[in-house]
Amino acid sequence: MTDIPAFLKKLISTSGLSGYETPIRETISETWRGLSDELSASQLGSLHALKRGAGPAPRPSILIATHMDAIGLMVTRIVDGFLHVTEIGGIDARVLPGQPVIVHGREDIPGMVVQPPSWLLPPDNDSGPVELGNLLVDTGLPGGRVSQLIRLGDLVSFGTQPVELGKNFISGHSLDNRASVAALTRCLDDLQTRHHKWDVWAVATSQEEETLGGAATSAFQLAPQLAVAVDVTFGKGPGSPAEKTFEMGGGPVLGWGANVHPGVHKAFKEAAERLEMTTQLEAMPRHSGTDAYSMQVAAAGIPTMVLSIPLRYMHTPVEVVHLKDIHRVGRLLAEFITGLADDFMEKLSWDGEESKE
Amino acid sequence: MKDLIKKLVDATGPSGYEQNVRALVRGEIEAYADEIHVDALGNLIARKGSATTQSASRGKKIMISAHMDEIGIIATHVDKNGFVRFTGIGGVYPRNCVGGRVRFLNGAGGVIGQEKAGPGETHPLEKMYIDMGATSPRDCPVKVGDVAAFERPFHDMGNRLVSKAMDDRIGVAVGIETLRQIKKTPHELYFVFSTQEEVGLRGATTSAYGVDPDIGIAIDVTASGDTPNGLRMEVGLGKGPAIKVRDGGMLSDPRVVAWMVAAAKKARLPHQLEILEGGTTDARAIQLTRAGVPVGCLSIPCRYVHSPSEMVDYNDVTNGVALLVQMFSNPVELG
Amino acid sequence: MPNPSSIKIGAAQIKLLESLCAASAISGQEGEVRKLVMDALKGHADEISVDALGNVLAVKKAAARNRPRVMLAAHMDEVGFLIAGDDKDGIFRFDPVGGLDARQLVGKSVIVGKDHVAGVIGFKPIHLTTASERTTAATIDGLRIDTGNGANGKVKVGDRAAFAPNFIQLGSGRTRTIRSKALDDRIGVATLIELVKNAPPNIELLAAFTTQEEISVRGASVAAHAFNPDLAIILDCTPAYDLPHWDGAENERYNTRLGFGPAIYTADKGTLSDPRLIRFLTETAEAQGIAFQLRQPGGGGTDAEGVHKARAGIPSVSVSVPGRYLHTAASLVRVSDWQDTLRLVHAALAAVKPSLLKADRA
Repeated sequence: MTDIPAFLKKLISTSGLSGYETPIRETISETWRGLSDELSASQLGSLHALKRGAGPAPRPSILIATHMDAIGLMVTRIVDGFLHVTEIGGIDARVLPGQPVIVHGREDIPGMVVQPPSWLLPPDNDSGPVELGNLLVDTGLPGGRVSQLIRLGDLVSFGTQPVELGKNFISGHSLDNRASVAALTRCLDDLQTRHHKWDVWAVATSQEEETLGGAATSAFQLAPQLAVAVDVTFGKGPGSPAEKTFEMGGGPVLGWGANVHPGVHKAFKEAAERLEMTTQLEAMPRHSGTDAYSMQVAAAGIPTMVLSIPLRYMHTPVEVVHLKDIHRVGRLLAEFITGLADDFMEKLSWDGEESKE
Repeated sequence: MKDLIKKLVDATGPSGYEQNVRALVRGEIEAYADEIHVDALGNLIARKGSATTQSASRGKKIMISAHMDEIGIIATHVDKNGFVRFTGIGGVYPRNCVGGRVRFLNGAGGVIGQEKAGPGETHPLEKMYIDMGATSPRDCPVKVGDVAAFERPFHDMGNRLVSKAMDDRIGVAVGIETLRQIKKTPHELYFVFSTQEEVGLRGATTSAYGVDPDIGIAIDVTASGDTPNGLRMEVGLGKGPAIKVRDGGMLSDPRVVAWMVAAAKKARLPHQLEILEGGTTDARAIQLTRAGVPVGCLSIPCRYVHSPSEMVDYNDVTNGVALLVQMFSNPVELG
Repeated sequence: MPNPSSIKIGAAQIKLLESLCAASAISGQEGEVRKLVMDALKGHADEISVDALGNVLAVKKAAARNRPRVMLAAHMDEVGFLIAGDDKDGIFRFDPVGGLDARQLVGKSVIVGKDHVAGVIGFKPIHLTTASERTTAATIDGLRIDTGNGANGKVKVGDRAAFAPNFIQLGSGRTRTIRSKALDDRIGVATLIELVKNAPPNIELLAAFTTQEEISVRGASVAAHAFNPDLAIILDCTPAYDLPHWDGAENERYNTRLGFGPAIYTADKGTLSDPRLIRFLTETAEAQGIAFQLRQPGGGGTDAEGVHKARAGIPSVSVSVPGRYLHTAASLVRVSDWQDTLRLVHAALAAVKPSLLKADRA
């Protein structure tokens, strides 16, 4: 059994920005190797872990996607030893001033994002929020040393350490989406001692934050019968509107809407009922903002589902999740998978679905 | 190579209507390619070399994409006095239009005017029109749906070249020259002269699916940071062809970037690394094809992109050719 | 085989259109139309299936083998609403699904959920408004669906709501007009059903009744991947902005006009139509004496956006029936435009030969 909290802390302390996921892929591989039958990587660096089912070949397969890439920054220019940066993934520049970062140059160098004083800023941005293009990263090193160690294209990740907030809450950067990787790991743990007929592809996808490209290409390559994206969603907390957010510790959030096959949603609801697990409902009118969006239209189309973990302060270095939600998502996935019968696809239909809660 | 560039940039070929450019390209490469075909979206695909398993280092199937289309305009209405209303094809900036000239595919030329405006004011495209010198729809040589490209003569400044449509005829020229100069290659190279890049990478999307490559390299222009109070960007004209690390739509595979840098160093070619914060290229479309493709992009730094006077450095262009020839003439292991 | 120009819109076709329009099928939940389509096609298609996105894929084989494979697409979904929150007392918050102008929603009737529970979108009484409020447009956030006490457990978050059915015919003869919600694109669906029933023998007809067109063309892309046709014609309904200019000037941005026949697309935001197919349609129309118009190039999009980029590329063109006031509670189309669209596409299908795509794209 994986020690999920410890594993999660390791995950959010390992670098893996979109397009540069090698370190995090290796960390996940170390654990998933012992939980699966085969490990491989895609052309875009996604990690594919196959756990074979017990049913007769040819077996249907389910792909569970948890993106392993994280948002961060990239060096665009160096001026007098200070670094200019651009974003990888979506970052609100207002969370950046004063944040500790790690610059991945020829070696890892601690730095900090700094906000220049107003008289050193262009007149059109010398008050109010300073735009990303006008913020700097200061490593404290002299210019000459910086030029030896750092260059254009080097990556910069958040440097905040994981923090436990009381008993069940963890805070840190990159919980979007390493929390889901942890949840999928919990699922793989459970499947070690449970019987499942279908093949399971546990996929840690790349580049979700930029192009959804890892999921699109893995779905095309692996051609599963079902695809589930596990991601984070907005947790109730200060600053976010109540009607768009979900209870921390309130259980897995089941997606609903055009990006979700209603028959698959129904089957997840039934699995949760078997576990007597409360779930929450997220009704999304158009797209889910997750890997499910690209997986749904891979090749000739795949029925998709979105399963989410509530998370506060998304895309900041102090994201917060509730550990129980992670475990519940993992258990729910395992229950759903073990409940997949040989004729699930035959019976799966868009119509005749009842409502959601 | 300057003659080739001039021929290419002078051709009229807005997105969706690249036939003039395709005919030119075909004429230039026919004698050098092993196989040529045109696909459903008008992409011209030329194969050179054939990867064999017997070679010491297994050759790769490499797709090289340079887009033939340029931004342009399409007629939406001819009013009762013969003035032609239009909308843009691709990223057309109003400020680059007023007083400019256009050339329709049928050869007719016109001038872009705008409705009454203050001295410093530029209207959006809906408030502009093209004056064909006509007086009514009957004597107007243009009808709804006709397409045109911007018109500006090619200007050779010596080290610098200026024209409309350097984006991406300069890439097409580099592709043609590279194809011609490669004597031996262990790889199966697919030079794709693509269509409809400016309206959303459409030609590259479908041609990449058809070619199904192991590696993809786009050849396109990128912006530069070396003009007064311009973009804050490291790339500059004359510092060598740019090896793209990232742009607004894609992150190059770091292994491809490493390959390109190593090849540049091996061949002792000037080169620079590029990050472009807005805009993207065919490489993005190739990357997301089928089961995914490691990609990179060779960029020619260019000033005044999407204006009728785009400027490139001739040495960057020839060095770009040399870099690609070095890359494709030798084996590659991405690792 | 019916003479190409004899296929027509009669009472039966109008009745089918009316029942299609009465259905509630918001993007992502097209089941009611799916059922009507499958019932209508029974006995007329050689193969029918429903895919992972809910598209209905129907095949009508050619009379002989190796004939051109032509895909036709029409989207089943309409724009509408997703119930996003329950404010209690039968009042519900909603999210728009597809492109909607909030100003068009005020004071309209809707039907909610699979039970078609009646609801209205209310608005503050004018008596209680201030002058400055009256110059501020309504926003979706401020609007609610009121179901009185009819919801009764039959309406839940996640349900969809559509404009209430309101199909009527206006006028007569050459200017007979249909007014209804969801003509975009039930008129295309009705046309496609008719074409499947009257498919000419020289082609393999691959009919895709697609889903989720209104939310960025999702169904059509996978349908095209599955069919992988030689060419595609997309049937949609496109805006006619043929109203007078406020100061009497020439209306230069009409997009299409009612009464001028099927609108053939050259370029919209998502697709640059294959010029060979534009030529093919216009020449067919001229040969058959069918009126047609060219849709003004510019914005908007159809399923062609997804179809033409599928796999290694599929030559595609769109043809639409012009309609006023699309994406509102009531749109208008002329029966003559519908009839001419049906006749044109039917004649074109009958004239498809392998040589059509022999020359390069342009």
